[in-house]
Amino acid sequence: MDPVLELINLVVHFHTQDGIVYAVNGVSYAAEAGKTLGIVGESGCGKSVSVLSAMRLIPEPPGKIVAGEIFYQGQDLLKLDKAGMQDIRGKEMAMIFQDPMTSFNPVLTIGHQISESSIVHFGIGQKEARQRSVELLELVGIPQAVDRFDDYPHQFSGGMRQRAMIAMALSCNPSVLIADEPTTALDVTIQAQIVDLIKDLSERFDMAIIWITHDLGVIAEIADRVVVMYAGYVVEEADVFDLFENPSHPYTLALLKSLPRVDTYSSEKLATIPGSPPDCLSLPPGCPFAPRCVYAVDQCRHENPPLDQSSFEHQIACWVDITTGRER
Amino acid sequence: MTRYVIRRILQAIPLLIIISAILFLLANEMGDPLASFGGRRRIRSSDRERLTRQLGLDQPVMVQYLIWLVGNDWMQIDVDGDGTPDEYGTRRGVLRGDFGTSFMEKRPVLEIIGERFKNTMILMITAEIVILFFAFWIGIYSALRQYSFVDNVVTTFSFVGYSMPVFWLGLILMYVFSVNFKRWGLPYFPTVGMYDLAVGPTIPQIAWHLVLPVTTIAIISIAGYSRYVRSQMLEVINQDYIRTAHSKGLPDRWVITRHALKNAALPLITIIGMDLPLLIAGATVTESIFAWPGMGRLYWDATQDTDIPVLMGILVIISVLVVVFQIITDITYTFLDPRIRYE
Repeated sequence: MDPVLELINLVVHFHTQDGIVYAVNGVSYAAEAGKTLGIVGESGCGKSVSVLSAMRLIPEPPGKIVAGEIFYQGQDLLKLDKAGMQDIRGKEMAMIFQDPMTSFNPVLTIGHQISESSIVHFGIGQKEARQRSVELLELVGIPQAVDRFDDYPHQFSGGMRQRAMIAMALSCNPSVLIADEPTTALDVTIQAQIVDLIKDLSERFDMAIIWITHDLGVIAEIADRVVVMYAGYVVEEADVFDLFENPSHPYTLALLKSLPRVDTYSSEKLATIPGSPPDCLSLPPGCPFAPRCVYAVDQCRHENPPLDQSSFEHQIACWVDITTGRER
Repeated sequence: MTRYVIRRILQAIPLLIIISAILFLLANEMGDPLASFGGRRRIRSSDRERLTRQLGLDQPVMVQYLIWLVGNDWMQIDVDGDGTPDEYGTRRGVLRGDFGTSFMEKRPVLEIIGERFKNTMILMITAEIVILFFAFWIGIYSALRQYSFVDNVVTTFSFVGYSMPVFWLGLILMYVFSVNFKRWGLPYFPTVGMYDLAVGPTIPQIAWHLVLPVTTIAIISIAGYSRYVRSQMLEVINQDYIRTAHSKGLPDRWVITRHALKNAALPLITIIGMDLPLLIAGATVTESIFAWPGMGRLYWDATQDTDIPVLMGILVIISVLVVVFQIITDITYTFLDPRIRYE
């Protein structure tokens, strides 16, 4: 099946006062209709920047898409002008943001903010847009949606705001829904509800979903395919079951080991990854993970391993086979 | 909300009484009102004594303040100076709407202020419209193009504009657009007054005479205001909800006017609310340079003559306006920001 949205070798830099931040360094991934692509990684690993680039929402300057292609249904988004991109945003590709508190405009009503997309993209009137928005609010499970339409964001709870955010994203029936850590700011119960809601909606509307998170638990729940990113590189990409069963990159393995377990009674400390996340201003010459990697060999410190794409099923960027501890 | 407004107004009353008392004390320390009564001649000491008594200036200052506030028609005053009170006073006091009579013009203070008020409003409302239009336009434009060439040019000019003394700018404009334009045979602007006396106060005449004073006031205020607008816009356009608005594919203009501006306007309302009463009080320097018969010039003249009733009239009106505009500003917030509610 052809992917709806495909990023090919995307390179994004930020020109700051301290120098060039190499945020995304040749990232490729694809989202298919009805499927969910999970992107995992630490803060600052380029997961958000890569999707924001796909939406052309990174501030330019200081950001700059240096190389690569972004195809939406065969159309290269990087070649589109401003107006062309505005037609895609919200209508074809919609986005849900991390913090529903700050992502809503505090001085406009929830209903107004949901209606805007359909007014702009479908050219419908206020009244029709209102009716549509109320239906959307009902769809995402807001009780008394008719009354809540005129509420302001501060009158909604965190979970309801995120539901309203989803309604806002869905208002033009987008083919791609990008969720940038949509559950990070919510408590666990609400988080589960939001995950279920999006899962349900993606099946009903046959949307392609890109779900960004650093929570592997959520990934296991929702994703079909997973991309693991580190320092602006994709280090591992696999089917969700394959990834959890057979993690092959030392970073993925370390991430999985760092998860707290509820099924053991061990009083051990939670495992962590030694060292600190890489500074994208000055990446080491070899594999960016090498300084923190327990498997690292000499080659790792000199040469950055490419993503091995020989098998679609499970792609890894590593010189070492972690099952044997030897070089591949 | 109504209760809130009533409470605010009640709180303002003691505040205004304290302010007026301090102002009255200060105004009485400004000089001798009788010094300029005789024009160029010195007044005779017998006249001085009589005038002092008639104007009530022989009383202790706190008694004078009390008379200013509540009037003296309820007490007998000594007019002939023989030590026995012989007739009731005629003043009704500020609290009953009597601001007294001007020392210099011998007319009720409110009548004098009323004439000037109209002229000042013509000048200042025009200026404020020009200021707000350009300040918002320039501020938004340079915020959206931060650190671009245009932004840097605008920034430089606003610092220059902000630092220019009003009187200097007024004189330079006069020199270029009146004196030199006339010399070069170009259509030139008038230097003084509100209208050509030969033509009378027609709308085109007043508009033509408005150009230079309005430009003088506007250039300096635009410089400051546009900086506020720029910094507010910069803060707002980097907020998450602006990114959300862009992610919905809304056109840039829509995002700026409907999403950004309303948020950026909130702090600006405070500044405008503080400046408006001062605008109504007139631009003392500009009005003096361009001989604009407004409140600002009246204030300057009253200061020169130590015309305490006029001076107090203007100062009290400004104080009341400051208090009133503060309340209006606070109420305006509730319309702009739904999170603000007064109980």
